Amino acid sequence: MDTLKDVKIGDTVTVARVHGEGPVKRRIMDMGVTKGTSIHVRKVAPLGDPIEVTVRGYELSIRKADAENIEITR
Amino acid sequence: MAIRIALTGNPNTGKTTLFNALTGSNQTVGNWPGVTVEKKEGKLKGHSDVIITDLPGIYSLSPYTLEEVVARNYILNEKPDAVLNIIDGTNLERNLYLTSQVTELGVPVVIAVNMLDVLEKSGNKLDLDKMSESLGCPVVEISALKGTGIMEAAEKAISLAKSHTLPKERHVFDKNVEVAVKDIIALLPSSVPDLQKRWYGVKLFQRDAKAIEQLNISDDTLNKIEKIITTCEDAMDDEAESIITSERYNYISNVIASFYKVKNKDYVSVSDRIDKIVTNRILGLPIFAAIMFLVYYISITTIGTGMTDWVNDELIANIIQPGIQGFLESVGAAEWLVGLIVNGIVAGVGAVLGFLPQMLTLFFFLAILEGCGYMARIAFVMDRVFRRFGLSGKSFIPILIGTGCGVPGIMASRTIESEHDRRMTVITTTFIPCSAKLPVIALISGALFDNSPWVASSAYFVGIAAIVVSGIMLKKTKMFSGDPSPFVIELPAYHIPTAGSVIRSMAERGTSFVKKAGTVITLATILVWFLSYFGFVNGAFTYLTEEQMDVSLLAHFGNTFAWIFAPLGWGTWKPAVAAITGLMAKENVVGTFGILYHVSNFDKDTGEGIWQLLRADYTPLTAYSYLIFNLLCAPCIAAMSAIRREMSSVKWFWTAVGYQCGFAYIVGMIIYQIGSLIITGKFGIGTIFGFIGIIAIIYGLVRKPYEERHPEQKAGARA
Repeated sequence: MDTLKDVKIGDTVTVARVHGEGPVKRRIMDMGVTKGTSIHVRKVAPLGDPIEVTVRGYELSIRKADAENIEITR
Repeated sequence: MAIRIALTGNPNTGKTTLFNALTGSNQTVGNWPGVTVEKKEGKLKGHSDVIITDLPGIYSLSPYTLEEVVARNYILNEKPDAVLNIIDGTNLERNLYLTSQVTELGVPVVIAVNMLDVLEKSGNKLDLDKMSESLGCPVVEISALKGTGIMEAAEKAISLAKSHTLPKERHVFDKNVEVAVKDIIALLPSSVPDLQKRWYGVKLFQRDAKAIEQLNISDDTLNKIEKIITTCEDAMDDEAESIITSERYNYISNVIASFYKVKNKDYVSVSDRIDKIVTNRILGLPIFAAIMFLVYYISITTIGTGMTDWVNDELIANIIQPGIQGFLESVGAAEWLVGLIVNGIVAGVGAVLGFLPQMLTLFFFLAILEGCGYMARIAFVMDRVFRRFGLSGKSFIPILIGTGCGVPGIMASRTIESEHDRRMTVITTTFIPCSAKLPVIALISGALFDNSPWVASSAYFVGIAAIVVSGIMLKKTKMFSGDPSPFVIELPAYHIPTAGSVIRSMAERGTSFVKKAGTVITLATILVWFLSYFGFVNGAFTYLTEEQMDVSLLAHFGNTFAWIFAPLGWGTWKPAVAAITGLMAKENVVGTFGILYHVSNFDKDTGEGIWQLLRADYTPLTAYSYLIFNLLCAPCIAAMSAIRREMSSVKWFWTAVGYQCGFAYIVGMIIYQIGSLIITGKFGIGTIFGFIGIIAIIYGLVRKPYEERHPEQKAGARA
């Protein structure tokens, strides 16, 4: 399974499915990360985590641990 | 009857600016009942019969965050006459996601599109008429910043409220979902108003624990509903909550094409260019350090402190206090009355006002950092370090400011959204030595350690360790369990904050400090003054001079309770009393030692002059245990008032202060008992307690985190 965590900076991918459950999953999806959404990975924080992505035209910061729950297709 | 309009929208959309523009200075600020979420209300300018309620900035109406629950409960239960939904024109999809939920709540909705000018600058076009047609409710263009269109938006809301025109139902989900929702609606109790049926139908489909609880549905009906949901989930190959979220976004992306034209896809905004540099992998940390240094330097070491010192040492100590004292003495007021007014009331009020310049300077910077969008980046840059200790990346600012003064440090925690992270920050911020603790460090280090520099450096080290250890331990307790605050945050576009909003935010926080913390500080100062200056002389209760402190009620108090500190190595009354006066202000510890040892001529910053006397009474070990206890235990009254203010709960206040004192006690005991074992080699009962303390802390660090057994039920019970 390819996840958002492994995407290289500068790449754009498509969300296949959001795994996990409860508040964290709901929050990720509430912020617009849903099936079929295109995500552009902009950069990683100076200390290596979290990452910054562009989704639905705005910037979102997400931890790598949570990014691991986002299944993607390239 | 007054018309009530609720203002809702995503964070960073200009909602606060709009609220301020609509209401002017005619506002009341409070808290939503039972929670620490701020509630603002105000009367619409020129319409004394229109009340505007500013709902918390939210992205969704999920049952998982306090802000979202507050907002949806307000609209459902208080039924405002209309909702004014502000949306950011440059970020339509995510903003309309909230709109799609708000329009289900059975109240009239007006959409106010903000920042259209920015949108047009990027070459994109928005057709408001088509938008209104597609979404089923009126759409108005506004600029919250320039104040254009805002009155039209408010008038629109008023006219909808009067005619009670509801949004036309426009959005539809997938057929499977629509069938399921319809079936669930048929099962709803008859007590649900028709207008809210759709909302509750969708919520029950999502298994929303709060909605289930509110409707009080029988188990039998719940089982039927569950069957409907599972059938639909199987058909859609997803879980119900996600189905609805996806369906909403799908609907929005479809409908948006009819009124939103993207002309310039590769447009790179100024904000993007700034962000490339500011949170850059290499430059990110140096820029962060530079900004923090600037904030610290100006508010703590130069302007802020300079003004605060001037107010405290010049204005109050040299002008107001002698002035009032002179006046009172000239009119022949009783000695105790002069004392009460000058050393009790004036000193208390002075303590509040003295903090103000420093606070305002800090609040000014916080407002700029928040307003320009950098605050969210601080969390982004520092998250990796702080989340390990249950803190937010934003906890960096309170702790940094706390090295200067704990009071503004604690107040700075206001910028942390997650309640858990904020409480944790408030509890741990004052562990870091503030500037008022420096004289105490200098006293101990000069008296017993030959001014060795390791004493001061170890004080900071112990402070940082206390924050880390407490963070890890507290994170595992029941009170900080559950609801992990997901760090999925928006990094808003950078923009220049307006002078008006910065000044307003600064003034609001300043007033809140004076009102809420100020009264407590004043009262507590008067109480400690009373305890220090009254006592029994030859059996008669009387007013004392400063030199008679050893017979004061406070000394009495110290005598009675000094034994408590025996396991820490200093169970005598003098240090105990000094620790109590340290609650007034930490530097008082030095002054009290001076008085209690009858030394009038000593350096008030280092205690030089008392050093020899201390050397006779204490060993380096007892003195170090005393120092650490004073650094870690409950902070001064002013900081405690700030804790009380930020916790907005008596229970949480006592939890914080109790934890700080308990932790300080255990650490002091470990230092003394284990230190004695190492130095003297004698193993006693105390040593056992020392080891028990160590084991307790290790257990707190490594034990399994507390886990809630029924997460769903908990989410439901938290309303």
